[in-house]
Parts: sequence; structure tokens; C-alpha cells
Amino acid sequence: MAAIKFINISFAYGDKKILENFSLDVEDSQIMCLLGPSGCGKTTLMRCLLGLNKPSTGEIYVGDRCVFSREKRINIPPERRGIGVVFQDYAVWPHMTVLENVCYPMKKHGLSRDEIDSKARYALEQVRMSDYAPYLPSQLSGGQQQRVAIARALVSSDEVIVMDEPITNLDAKLREEMLIEIRQIQKNIGTTILYITHDQEASLQLCDKMAIMDSEGKLTQIGTDEDIILRPASRFVFEFIGVSNFFRLSRINDTWCFHDNNSITYTDSVPDKYNSRVDMGVRPNDIIFDDSSSVRGVVKRSVFLGSEYNMFIDFDGQEVRVQRSTFDDGVGSVKEGSEVGLKFLNPVFYNAKEA
Amino acid sequence: MSDKNQVVLRHVTKKFTTRTMGTVTAVDDFNLEIKEGECFSFLGPSGCGKTTTLRMIAGFEDLSEGEIELCGRLVSSSAKNLYIPPEERDLGMVFQAFAVWPHMNIFDNVAFPLKIRKVARREIESRVKDALKHCSLDGLEKLYPGELSGGQQQRIALARAIVTNPKVMLLDEPLSNLDPKLRETMRFEIKELQRQFGFTIIFVTHDQSEAMAISDRMMVCDMGRIMQIDTPENLYRKPNSRFVHNFLGESTFINVTIKDSRVYPKGDETQAINITPPDDALSEMVIATRPNAIRLTKDSGFRTRIEKRIFLTDKTEYLVPVGEQLVKLQTPHRVVFAPGESCCIEIASPGWYPPEDKEAEAERARRQRF
Amino acid sequence: MFKRKSNSDLAAMEGRKFGLDGIMTALSFVLLFIIVVIPIFMIIYNAFFYQGKFDLTLFTSVIFDKENLKAMGNTIIIAVAVTIFGTIMGLFYAWLLGRSDIPAKGFMRALFTIPYMFPPFFGAMAWDLLFSGRAGYINRWLMSTFHLRTPPVNINSLGGIIFVECSYYFPFVFMQVVSALERMDPTLEESARIAGARQSQVIWKITLPLVKPAISAGALLILISSLAHFGVPSILGFSKNIFTLPTMIYALINKSGGSFEGIRQGTALSILLVAVVAVALVIQKKVLSSGSYDIIKGKSMRPTLIKLRGAKYPLLFLACLTLLVIVVVPLVMIFLVALVKAYGLPLVWKNFSLSNYQKVFASPATMDSIWNSLFLSVTAGVVCMFLGVMIAYVINRIKPRGRNVLEILSILPYSIPGTVLAIGVILAWSGAIFKITLYNTIWIILVAYMARYLSFSMKSASASLQQVNSSLEEASRACGATHTESLRDITLPLIKPAMVSGFFLIFLPAMRELTTSILLYGPYSRTLGVQIFALRDAGMIPQAAALASVAIVIIIVCNSIVTWITKDRKGA
Repeated sequence: MAAIKFINISFAYGDKKILENFSLDVEDSQIMCLLGPSGCGKTTLMRCLLGLNKPSTGEIYVGDRCVFSREKRINIPPERRGIGVVFQDYAVWPHMTVLENVCYPMKKHGLSRDEIDSKARYALEQVRMSDYAPYLPSQLSGGQQQRVAIARALVSSDEVIVMDEPITNLDAKLREEMLIEIRQIQKNIGTTILYITHDQEASLQLCDKMAIMDSEGKLTQIGTDEDIILRPASRFVFEFIGVSNFFRLSRINDTWCFHDNNSITYTDSVPDKYNSRVDMGVRPNDIIFDDSSSVRGVVKRSVFLGSEYNMFIDFDGQEVRVQRSTFDDGVGSVKEGSEVGLKFLNPVFYNAKEA
Repeated sequence: MSDKNQVVLRHVTKKFTTRTMGTVTAVDDFNLEIKEGECFSFLGPSGCGKTTTLRMIAGFEDLSEGEIELCGRLVSSSAKNLYIPPEERDLGMVFQAFAVWPHMNIFDNVAFPLKIRKVARREIESRVKDALKHCSLDGLEKLYPGELSGGQQQRIALARAIVTNPKVMLLDEPLSNLDPKLRETMRFEIKELQRQFGFTIIFVTHDQSEAMAISDRMMVCDMGRIMQIDTPENLYRKPNSRFVHNFLGESTFINVTIKDSRVYPKGDETQAINITPPDDALSEMVIATRPNAIRLTKDSGFRTRIEKRIFLTDKTEYLVPVGEQLVKLQTPHRVVFAPGESCCIEIASPGWYPPEDKEAEAERARRQRF
Repeated sequence: MFKRKSNSDLAAMEGRKFGLDGIMTALSFVLLFIIVVIPIFMIIYNAFFYQGKFDLTLFTSVIFDKENLKAMGNTIIIAVAVTIFGTIMGLFYAWLLGRSDIPAKGFMRALFTIPYMFPPFFGAMAWDLLFSGRAGYINRWLMSTFHLRTPPVNINSLGGIIFVECSYYFPFVFMQVVSALERMDPTLEESARIAGARQSQVIWKITLPLVKPAISAGALLILISSLAHFGVPSILGFSKNIFTLPTMIYALINKSGGSFEGIRQGTALSILLVAVVAVALVIQKKVLSSGSYDIIKGKSMRPTLIKLRGAKYPLLFLACLTLLVIVVVPLVMIFLVALVKAYGLPLVWKNFSLSNYQKVFASPATMDSIWNSLFLSVTAGVVCMFLGVMIAYVINRIKPRGRNVLEILSILPYSIPGTVLAIGVILAWSGAIFKITLYNTIWIILVAYMARYLSFSMKSASASLQQVNSSLEEASRACGATHTESLRDITLPLIKPAMVSGFFLIFLPAMRELTTSILLYGPYSRTLGVQIFALRDAGMIPQAAALASVAIVIIIVCNSIVTWITKDRKGA
């Protein structure tokens, strides 16, 4: 078990800078999800950690061991970094049986036969694949192949396992099962897992902590799922994590108004630190209908999706997305064309974005 | 929508015989009346018979029994051994894999049905132009399908289908190969086209929210049988079977025991759930509800505590013990309970079903393999 | 996302600049230079330079020679006719088996690919036995039965050559189109029905245009093969002085007894032949601009088969008749004649004996030819298998600068006619370079085979390597294996099936090779093909047939082994 430390990592493909002075600490025995939109450089960071890409600056530590350092001219080749890895496309070797796949890394590390035997058995038990030891990967389903890949990663390293979008190729139901299993395995074994993904839902379900990268490859927030959901640190995080509406509020004659239009006022409070203009973010399911509200809009489109109605409401020229639960009182009576009053619960405020 | 029946299926049955699995009734006595201008969905898991039914309507499959009428004209009848070929049924059809012809440019793809019908050149040009405009493809006439995205290719297929102005449009999982965001837009565009052209839509899908979003009425089928036909809201709120309840969205089932008209979680009779059982309830029942139909409060209802909390991107999911079972419920993010915290739940007007049917599950598994 | 730029990084991680990868890259360049570049250079040099000076006199005199121009005309007529008829035939039967409800599909499909296995000159021999002037068995029977004065069919004609080549080359189109039809998404055709097209309109407007790339790829193969083909025109044409460019080159060199002058004339003609092939390639590209369409299936669904109704059994009869004529008749004929005591005797029981086989197996020259061919095929197969893998690895994984050059060099010899390649090899290895003389030895044939067949194993290994995702190697690096170990434990085992099939892709055609060997053989280096050809040339036709039948058995056995091996690998 070991922590991972990235210090000032930079990497570029030709002229294209992917990472610049990127630093991140992954705590020991945790699942850290590195979450970011595609192209943000998270896979590059993983490849730097594995030794498949060579950063142009910085240092990487696994536990106390320096695996890469520009200044100290250290660059340990991938095979001696002792990091387990699970790729998106499984990368189980099709010509080896499940057992051979799992034993290979231990053979390369020169373990004794007894040790290999017992560790392989344990790893296969962990991923519930013991019965499949003599099978070839082609005889297994995608989910089973990914389990083999996880078992193989478990035996390659006691310290750190990196997973790169390991469930993306599986169907929805299997994805959920795999997440629960990964969680369980981590609990049993206690390795550090760095889980790389662009899937917000998956990382929320899995992580102890998550680190969110923006499209420019900068770290924007590190925190628990609760921090990210209830206290998003920036507008990027708020927008990235779910569907959102943003309203521009401006202060005219000591009252906050929508869209620089002093006839529509926002009557609830705005934090004191904002004084002239502010952007207010609201989730679609935090907007409720309230006939007493002075903020009024017309339902342009209402789509029934079963558990909820998705509505698109024209509010002073702005399209507002509202999501109402099917079981909310009176929601069935709101039809396309009805006029509704809007009330915003749970808003978040960020510095106004300049157009 | 009018009251005129546009597509009528009477006792339509289709049997397949294979060497390994014996005879399977893929479609068992389907009776349907789809109205002019209606958007009607066939919904069900794979192997339920929805695609076979669509292909019988299109004329690609013959019938083992029954007959099909399109726009008042008998097009398939097993008794009369009458099968009008697909090209004479005047249908529009869009396929899951787009099926746009890669060797023709977009104009030629869309013009093909008109050229086959020997429409005058000048009219072809104006009608193709019109169809392309409706599918927001204008200006792309000279491009080839290979140069376009999946969404644009499906728009070509749509334009090709509407260019002959068919009365009935068959859509065979047309959105399944597109990404979720595009699916939503395309869904809206299809409805918009229907509004303008007034054709009847038969929409085949296995995605329940897609079906509910697009349909006026829908048919839920399972293992070759029609389970229920109704409007999306009625189906969602009043499913007539446990299968339909489960298939139409996330469900929460609680096994309960009924004693003296009081409802207890199965295996634990210390606290009753405050709901009234129906008069014909057995002593063991399953109550069915939805995760977002359960209200989570501080102090009114069935007292329990938060076992687990999972944040999702647009809601929070809580697992709470009810007797020996864990019940899943969902709230907006703003309703915050900490793991371990004491809480209460209220279940409003649930569905009541008898306990699980093992035989049906086994038959479903057999068909999945088929 | 960024495209993974994998193994060059992996190699760099090794720390050393000049490791295994460097050695493999350098070796690939050097070997291709020796095997491919030198012979091609020698042909061009010798055609245009004489005693170190630029000299066009020989070239122009050869080109404007009347006989040679006629040979060129014949070559083009034959190739064009074979391409047209072969394509039509291949297309027709591909459609019949791929889209109609004709019975016994699997069986017929297997039979239709049989001509692909055997060398066309076996067919030419068989047809020659049946229809050559007054001597052919069927001609004689027809003449006596219908009291004809002249033989009704003359196989020793352009028409005869076209017919025989057609029957051996149509599988190129047939196999390409059948597999394209199989991969095609049936909804492409169904949507045309819905759009209002009748079944026949769907075939013309949708199905045919969609398989056009497959047709054009197959037709190109036929065209190139026919232009460069030696066996059939030599067997059917020599007796009536019908020459094509490849047979003319052979005749020139043969006439001059292998002297340098003859070879120089052959060289000049070679340039002409290459020019014809090049023009054919360009025209082909212009006429049938081959696009590659995405016609792969979405939902797996069987295409709706077209009911042939009344035409079903007549068409089945036609297909069976075709199979009988192009597959059964030539094979049976060769075996029958192999048993007959002397050529010309009626094919009846009392004239049959095994004496021809005794003679064949007793003759040291013949036995030598079998061993030579086995040695050459196995050696060329094994060497090319490893070379192919190495070059494919360099091109696909190491990706050095100039990898396009590597790729072109390894594929180029495939479109150079075998005759031309043979001349290039003679010019290169008759002492011109480092005074190395391989002429008249078996090694010169080996060098020619390697140049000719390297592209087969290279392509096979390349396709297989592209299937092996680089993450498989990366995973093994992360698991503690070094770069070399990853290659040995992961990559090589994974492409082993492709290596095996690459071997057989070379072994099988090399076993029946005639075109290059006929120009390169020496007294002790006859190959199987050469020996059959020579026996027949010397009038020992039953013996030639006996040896041919032995070759057929060897080919069938090897083919069954290949099928068995590839079937076995499918599970893995």
C-alpha cells in the first residue's frame, strides 16, 4: 500500500501541451477518481505514472520510491514500477488461460511456485472467477474479461492499481455491478486505486475522493462525493457534474434583477460578497412551480420520461430546463403552453462570466 | 390524430421453427388498431416479438396466422395467402443501422424512391429539396453518407422516408446507434416532422424512456404476448402486471405480510407500514413503487434509518432498511440525510402484486438464448 | 483523445538507443534492398544501358519487332477477355450462392473455390488432351461420330487460352464478392424495397454498386494474373505459334540457350510487359474507381433470400454443369491419362496400368524435382514467414522514418510479373554483384521465390498485428516484463496463427510454381512444375499427367492440413 505523488508534471505531444506543472496527491489505501472531460490529459497522466509516457518536468513518487524525476534523471522502466493496471479494452492476453494471465506477472517478478499458486487463487476469488481458471478469454463475456484484468492487476502490485475507464465497454447493468465489486475488493485488500474516467456517475459511486480536471488539464477541485455535489468549488465543476441552468443577475437600485431587466426581480438572498453582477446556477430539479412567484415563464415543451417530466420553459427569452418528479403534487396539470411561476431552491453563485 | 384506423392487426401470429430450439411462437395473437396520425410504440425486451411484428407490417415476413390491414387495404393474410410485397405498401421505414446507400450522394439517396416511381425530374428536385430542408440537411446534397456523422445519416434516412409522403412510417430502433444527447434532439425532430406531415408512426424500441417520450400510446410486450396497451402516463402509473411495472423504469419492490388488514414488511412485524391493502390481497404480497415516489422525512411515516447514501449526478439515492429488506429511494440533492441518521419514509398508493412467478422467469431465460 | 503512440515510446523507455528495434529496422531495409531493389534495378539498367553506356537500340528494335508486337496484342486480348468473362462468371455465381434460395450452397461454394488451388497449366494440359486438333479425345470422338472432316473445337487458340484461364481465375471475383455479400447489412437492400424498388431493381441499383469495390478488387487480380500468366498460353499456344509476352520472353531466352544476348532481349521485352501491367493498373483505377464503403451489418439478420421459383432447378443444373466442366473434367482427365499406357490409346480399362507411376518414381530427375520443390517451398515459406513478421512489426509498431518505403518495397514484387522477376534475378546473381553466381543453382530460385512471395506473409502478419492492441503489450510491461519479454511472451504467440497461415500462403503456390522456375532452373534444380512441363514438352504426356496427379494429391493434402489448422485456431 502506498500513496502516489505527482509533482509539477508537464507533458506535451509535439507542440500540444497536455499537462503543465500538474501536481496531485493520492492518499494511501483510497480510491481516488480522476475525473475530467475527454481530452483533458487524465490518460496522459496515467501513462506517465506507468512509465509509458515520459514527462518533460517533475517527479512522480509511489510510496517513498521515486519512479520518475527529471532533475535526478530517474526514469524507472514500466516493468519495474510495480503498478497494476486495468485498461479500458481489458487487455487480457487472448492466448493465455485465465490462470496463466493472472500468473504471468508473478512469474516475471520471480515469485516461488507456491506463492504464485496461493496469490492467484486469492486474486481469482476476489473477482469471483475461480471457476473460470482454465478458460480462454474468448470464452468469457466482457465483464468476466475485465474481472480477469482486475485480478491480474491485483497480483502485479500490492501497492497501487491504476484503472483507465475499466467499465466503459460494458453495458449499463454490468457497469453498476462492477463498480460495487471494485469497491468491495478495495475494502478487502486495501490497495490504493487511481481510477480514471470521464463518467461522473461512476466516480460518484466509487470514490473515496475525487479530483476533477478541467478541459485545460488543470485540477479544479479535490474532495469527497459530498463536497463535490453539495459544495462545488467552481462553475466548471457545477456544470460538469450535472445538467444546470445559469442565470445572470445584476444589482439595479439595490435589488437583484434577471437579465439586466429591472422588471424581473430576484427576491431571495444573494451572498454579500457579490455586489454588482453574479451568475446563479440551479439544477433542473431544484426549480419548482410556485404561482406566487414573480418569475414567470411559459412551458414550451414537456416530455414525459416515466419517473419525471422534462420541461423546457421560456423565461424572458431564456430556455430553462426544469425536471419535475412524476409524483410531485399537481405536476400532471402543467401542460405545454401553461404559464408557471418559478422558484429556485438551492442556488449556487459564481462570479459573472464575461461574455 | 383522427378516429380512422390506419394500421390494423387481427390475430397476427408468427411461429419460427429451428433445429435446436424447436418451435417458438415469436408473436402470439396480436390484435392492434393504430389510428391515423398516431405515434404508437412497440416496447419490450429483446425477443418479445416487437421487431418481428414490424417486419410483418413492412412485408418482409409472412404470417403464420391472421391478417394485416394498412390504410383500409388488406396487405397480408395467411388465410388468403395474400402478401403485397414491401415496395407496394407505400410505407416509410427507418432502420437502426441507418441503411443509407453509401454509393449515392445525399440527393440521390433521397431522390431514389421518386426515381423508382418515375416522377418527373423537376418535381423530384423540388420534393427532395423540401425533404432535405425539413430534416435540416439543406446544402449537403452533394456529399456522400461516409462524410457525415451518425445523426446526419439518420436524417438522410428520415428524409428518404418522408419524400414519398407515406401515410405510415415504421421506425425500427432508429435512435439506438446515436449518442444520448443526439437521441433527445432527433426524438423531437421526428415528432416535429409528424406534426407537419401527419403520418402515423410505429416506433420500435427497447428503451422505455424513449418510448414514453415519443408515443401517444404504446404496447408493452413480453415473450411474444401483448402485456398492456395504453398511454405512457397510464402505463407508468397503473401498470397491470409486475413485468410492466419493472420494465417501465426503476422500481422498488417490498415483500409484505398482511395480518388483520395491517401491512408488515415480510419477516418483521414490529412496525406496520401505513398503507391500506386492497380487499383481495393474499396474506403474502409484493408492493411495487418507484424510488422517487417514496417520501423521505424526518418524522412522519415508517421509522427507519439511512443505511447507505449514494450521490448521483442529478439526485441522491438512499438505501433504508424496511424489515429485512433494503429499500431504494431517491430525492433531489437538496434533501440531505447523513448515513446512519434516523428518518421516516412514506409510500403513497403503491401497486400490489402476488409474489414472484418462477416459471415465467425460466421461459424468459430460454427465449433470451434463442 | 490522443491517439496512443505506443511502442515507439515503449522502445524509448528501454533507455538504449540501439536495441532490438534498431537491429530489426536496419535488417528489414538491408534485406529488402538485396531481394527486391537490386533485381529491379538490374532489369532497368540492362534494358537501357549496354556496356556502361546509355543505349536504346536494342530496346527499340525489340519493341518494334512485329512478332513481339503481336505477342503484346495477344497478351492484352487474352487478359481483357479473361477479366471480363471471369468477372461476369464470378459475379453471377456469387450472387446465386449469396442471395438466392438455390440448394446445396455450402457444398457448391467449396467446389467453386477449388480451381483456385490448382495451377492453371494442369487445366491447360487436360483440355489439350481433350480438344487439341485431331488428337484430342473428344475431338476424335466427335469427328468419328458425326463424320466431320475438321476437328470441331480447337483449344490451341486464343479462345481456348481465354476459356482455360477464365475457369481458373474467376474464383478471384467469386470469393471477394461472396464475402462482401455476406458482410453487407441486409437493411440496405430492405430499405430500397420500402422505397418502392422491385427485387430486380434492388439488384441493379443497390446490391451491385455496393459490391463494386469487391468486384473491382477481384477483377484487378484477374487482370494482373492473366497478363503475367505463363502456363496456359505456353501449353496451348506454342504448337500453333501463339505467343504472349511472358511466353515470348521464355522462348527468346530458351532459343538463345541462356546466352547473355537472349537475356538482354528478354530484358527489353520485360520492360514492355511491365509497362503493359502498369497501364492496366492505371486504367483499372480510372475505370473502376474503388471506394471502400461501410456496408457492415448492424443488427445480425439473415438477408431475405430471393425465391428463384421456376428457375431454381435449371439454375442448379447450370451451376452443377459449370462445376463439372471446370473442376471435375480436368482433374479426372489428368488421372485417366496418367493411367493410360500410351498417349492416344482409348480410355478403356484394358489400356490402363500403373506403369507411368513406376516410371515417374523410378526416374531420378523426377524424384529430384519433387524434393527440390519441397525444399524450395518449405525454405521460402519458413524464411518469408519470419521476414514477413519482422517487416510487419517494423512497419506497424516501430514505425521508423521511411516505413512507407519498406511497405512499398515488400508489396511491389507481387505486381511484377514472375517472368520479369526471374530475369531480374538472373541479371543480379550471375556474377554482377560481388561476383556472386547463383545461376543454375537452386538458390537462385529460392531468392526469386522469396521476392515473389514475401508480400503474402508480410500482409498476413501485418493484418494480425493490427488486431493485437498495443495495450496488450503495455499491460505486460506493467506486469513486469521487459520489452523483449513482452515481444516473446505476448506479441509473437498472438500472431502465431497468422504466421502459420503466412507459411502456407507461400508454401502452396511455391509447390506448383512454374513461371519463374522455368527461366531459372538448371540441370540439377528442376522443380515439380518444370518437370511436368518438360515431360510434356518431350512428348511423354502420360508421364507428365502421372506427375501432375502426384502434385494434385500433394496439394490436396496440404490444403486439408491448412483448413484443419485454421479451423482449430478459430477458438483461440
